[in-house]
Amino acid sequence: MSKVFRRIYTYKFLLPAAIVYFVIFIVPTAMSFFFSLTRWTLSDWDFIGLQNFITFFQEPSLSIGFKNTFIYAVVTCSLKVVGGLLLGVLLTSKLRTKSYLRSVVFFPTLVSTIAVGIAFSMMMHPTTGLINTTLARLGIEGPDWLGDTSIALLSVAFVDVWKGIGFATVIYIAGILSIPEEYYEALQIDGGNGWNKFWNIVVPLSRPATNSVIILAFIGGLRSFDLIWAMTKGGPGFATDVIASIIYKQYQGGFYGLATAGNVILFVFVAALAFPLSRYLSRQEVDL
Amino acid sequence: MSHSRQVLALLSSVALTTGLLAGCGGGNSNDNGSPSASPSGSSGSSAGASPSASASTEPKEKVKLSLLVDNSQDSVNIAKALTEAFQAQNPNITFETETRPGGSEGDNFVKTRLSTGDMNDIFFYNSGSLMQALNPEQNLLDLTNEPFQERVVDSFKPTVTSNGKIYGVPYTSTIGGGWLYNKKIYADLGLSVPKTWAELMANNDKIKAAGITPIVGTYKDTWTSQLIVLADYFNVQAQDPNFAADYTANKAKYATTPAALRSFQKLEETVGYYNKDFLATTYDAGLRMLAEGKGAHYPMLTFAIPAIVQNNPDQIGDIGFFAQPGDSPDKNGLTVWMPGAAYIYKNTQHPEEAKKFLAFIASAEGMAVVAKVSTPSGPFVIKGAAIPDNVPQVVKDMLPYFDQPGMTAPALEFVSPVKGPSLEQITVEVGSGKRKAESAAELYDQDVKKQAQQLGLEGW
Repeated sequence: MSKVFRRIYTYKFLLPAAIVYFVIFIVPTAMSFFFSLTRWTLSDWDFIGLQNFITFFQEPSLSIGFKNTFIYAVVTCSLKVVGGLLLGVLLTSKLRTKSYLRSVVFFPTLVSTIAVGIAFSMMMHPTTGLINTTLARLGIEGPDWLGDTSIALLSVAFVDVWKGIGFATVIYIAGILSIPEEYYEALQIDGGNGWNKFWNIVVPLSRPATNSVIILAFIGGLRSFDLIWAMTKGGPGFATDVIASIIYKQYQGGFYGLATAGNVILFVFVAALAFPLSRYLSRQEVDL
Repeated sequence: MSHSRQVLALLSSVALTTGLLAGCGGGNSNDNGSPSASPSGSSGSSAGASPSASASTEPKEKVKLSLLVDNSQDSVNIAKALTEAFQAQNPNITFETETRPGGSEGDNFVKTRLSTGDMNDIFFYNSGSLMQALNPEQNLLDLTNEPFQERVVDSFKPTVTSNGKIYGVPYTSTIGGGWLYNKKIYADLGLSVPKTWAELMANNDKIKAAGITPIVGTYKDTWTSQLIVLADYFNVQAQDPNFAADYTANKAKYATTPAALRSFQKLEETVGYYNKDFLATTYDAGLRMLAEGKGAHYPMLTFAIPAIVQNNPDQIGDIGFFAQPGDSPDKNGLTVWMPGAAYIYKNTQHPEEAKKFLAFIASAEGMAVVAKVSTPSGPFVIKGAAIPDNVPQVVKDMLPYFDQPGMTAPALEFVSPVKGPSLEQITVEVGSGKRKAESAAELYDQDVKKQAQQLGLEGW
């Protein structure tokens, strides 16, 4: 009896949060599943079955969108992991300007994404931008960073990494600082060098940090929208369209049902990639 | 180890929460950089108008009308001038003017207000396909039998008509879609205004040979890439008069109608004539390039004229305009964009006063008020409303097309509700040489299907 009571007692404390979560997350999600099967306007709706999903999958830019979303997520995620780890090691070492550098690295994370996007798209202007005028002074003719369809997506991904790497670094700093001193002492006794320290202690023992960075950066990359929209609007043409920008354009066009269906697809796509990844990573962590 | 987990868990949850917040905020900052709507204060309630002004009639009840306009400087100026002039004659009616964003954000704004029953008494909005999407029968006041409709030019009426009923009156001038060009460059190189597409391309070659950019491309603002295709509609309908009706009924396609496909082919032929950084150039920068003679042509709507007048007042005399030529010299006409219209909300509390205001707008007097604050970009569609003599030459270049019968045609978006949302991306691909005209036309045909289905048109 007292056990049951205790259980209910704890649930009562959950209630306020649960209600908020239910009203602003579960209910709209369930509604969007329904409205994705309709063609709706703000005043009425028609039930049309799976027609929206069929139309959405026939969307000519969609295959580019899936590919770009995946490339973008993988590129930004891996660069954030590698860069974040290296910066994390650097900023936990015995540098004199350590705390200053930590703020410098973290700073881009604090700036508005849209402002970053606009600033970088000006710097990446092919003829008057800062990057290409600097390159021109060195005698190199820089490419059209955002106009050349083969590199536009990578240019945006680079800006995303620039902006997001500070956060990955902070997670790594926390992870590296929590490695107990004993391991380093053992290494010294065994006569290991700096490389051994990095490869055999820091990398494996900051595994929890790595997993967090991978999950956060990967999901962030999959649903990324604001930076891409601020820099290229999915262009030139459809070259940097990701799923989220395709959905947004459907909404702008007034195709609410289609946009809802697109969101359901994005939800399934992200879940299908993120859940197995998360389980795989956490299993690895236990094995350690 | 468990300690580090806790730190990580905390950090991760912070990251997720900030991600959520950032996600919420990000969506707004899109679209032409148009600032969000902010209700501007009521436009000066004319305290100066003394009651004696209305001595002729018995004292009337005071009425306040609310007016919704888009937030472009031009529209705000027009609304202010019209309401002030009207108030001087009708002191019992005052106005409260509110602004809304432009572009597709504005479309959603208007639709939301209408469907929540929260619309202003009068609002200014596009005519043509956008107006059709407002569900006019349910939301707008029928103005078919109002006496002031007699003063509206017939060619305008179909663009505000739904199921045989007329719902609006034009509040500004028409807009021409074609090619703005730099007359100085034309004079220096001894070129003449082209009457056929082949002549235009020959001019482009000569300009290119002289080391000047033949065509200004401003694809950073993607909408500007559509102009060559859209401004070609006069030539499409000259060859195929039934195209609009067949197109709306899903019987004609861009890809399979030679006259329509030609519009995309023309765009494809301009590949290579643009400025080098055309993908990163903006609309404003493009207008400057044209005015300063760094580019010879700019396919554009004449609504750009007020901006040139403002930014390059000394060079406005160097700018000229011609319609996009077709393949035959005797069919050289202009594609016209109809002005936006003033509409009355169906459930307004003050229909009589609102109609009175629209009657004032749809008069030669009203248009004269508009012309004073906004450089006309073409003729007015109110009978008896003349454009002032002091307009720039580039506006006068348009007039000959209007003087001859059959030398103007409304753009496709005014005669058919079907317009696909991805046209600007497709034309960017064609204009930058990434996609062939045939494939672009097919892609666009697929794109418009969604629009037709959303509108519930027959035959799709």
